[in-house]
Amino acid sequence: MHLPFRHSIARKNLMALTGGFLSFFLLIHLAGNLQLLLPEARAREQFNLYAQLLSGNILIKAISYGLYLSILLHALYALLLALSSRKARGGQAYVYDHRRQASPWYARSMGLLGSILLVFLAVHMKDFWYVYKFTAIPLDEHGQKDLYTVVATAYQEAWYVLLYVVAMIALGFHLLHGVKSALFSLGLYHPRYRLWAKRASTAYAIAMTAGFCLIPIYLYFTQNPA
Amino acid sequence: MKITLYIWRQDNAQAKGNMEKHALNGLNPDMSFLEMLDVLNEQIITAGGDPVEFDHDCREGICGQCGLFINGRAHGPLAATTTCQLHLRHFKDGDTIYVEPFRAAAFPVVKDLRIDRSAFDRIIQAGGYVSARTGDAPEANALPVPHRTAEQAFDAAACIGCGACVATCKNASAALFTAAKVSHLAMLPQGQPEREHRAQAMSAQMDEEGFGHCTQTGACEVECPQEISIAHIARMNYEFNRGAILKP
Repeated sequence: MHLPFRHSIARKNLMALTGGFLSFFLLIHLAGNLQLLLPEARAREQFNLYAQLLSGNILIKAISYGLYLSILLHALYALLLALSSRKARGGQAYVYDHRRQASPWYARSMGLLGSILLVFLAVHMKDFWYVYKFTAIPLDEHGQKDLYTVVATAYQEAWYVLLYVVAMIALGFHLLHGVKSALFSLGLYHPRYRLWAKRASTAYAIAMTAGFCLIPIYLYFTQNPA
Repeated sequence: MKITLYIWRQDNAQAKGNMEKHALNGLNPDMSFLEMLDVLNEQIITAGGDPVEFDHDCREGICGQCGLFINGRAHGPLAATTTCQLHLRHFKDGDTIYVEPFRAAAFPVVKDLRIDRSAFDRIIQAGGYVSARTGDAPEANALPVPHRTAEQAFDAAACIGCGACVATCKNASAALFTAAKVSHLAMLPQGQPEREHRAQAMSAQMDEEGFGHCTQTGACEVECPQEISIAHIARMNYEFNRGAILKP
């Protein structure tokens, strides 16, 4: 197939750049969504204002197209690379295989973790982005679309919160291997900073997972008092 | 001691192979793994059968010729050990051992446990060389190399090209092998003239041969008998990008 980035290392660079951009987006996304943890009245006003501010901004619009493109390229080239790996492995599998002892499971399961994230992303976009952009939802007292209520209502359901927690754990393991490996793929790696890079990406993965899990869990328990 | 072997038998690259069971008795625990295969072959030949073919040469752990997948691990269960340096004392009396060739699409089976690793030779031919004037060796002090750099380059140069990295990689990637050579030459003054082309040419050949890409699982550095670090793969990627930008 003659797609651009024919070379395997060039493809890994593309995976690293798109993945890196998406990882950076997560940080901003989490920072904005932490507003949902404010007291209810304050959170409603501030979060709805924030949502309106973002959807009206031309710069944010441009970045969002960059995000969609990154997701598509990241998934497409992951698929191409996985197919080439399968071909490289050859027809005959090992009869007796203990190779799993030599590497962590999540490093070998990036495709599975990524697929979980892709399915999650479709659900996530349909329930919030699509609803906010393309359906008529009630307005809050300041006349802004009340996205806060849409989000809070969704997280009243235990199964929906569980779906988010599972997806965010998948995200955590994907980031745990992905962020460190992105630096590696780009060659931005030096033995002197090896430990630092590993610690920073581990801390990042834990922070993203904890932050994104906290929001649905907090909203579930504040709306379903024991 | 007594060992039951399940050994991969395959007539040629096209044939379909299968595991064959053999029982061995009276083995000495101080025998190397390859010596056990010698005993097996004597037993097979005496019985009028076709001996098992396997690669080996120096049997000192330095040539990189031997390489077997033993009990599901490249070069067997020990760390930093080639197949020839694995001894029966590391197994228990009465053990069952599974022996297979290193598998990858780019390493076709020639016969039984013997594989064709000439893909590695072609990767080296693509860029694993330096422009050196033949003749007398130059004065050593004319080429200053700091001790630390020399040690790092030597760590990479220690690769014996056995193919354990490819055999164990879930993507059958030859990144560690290729990176060891790229990294070794990138650090030394002798490697500078071809530096901007080397990583590009060698990794293009790596793709051409049908090896997979690197997903940094780190399995290769665990199985490498020379304990070559995957940090060299990061350096190869750096050299690849550096070459893409600085290529004259």
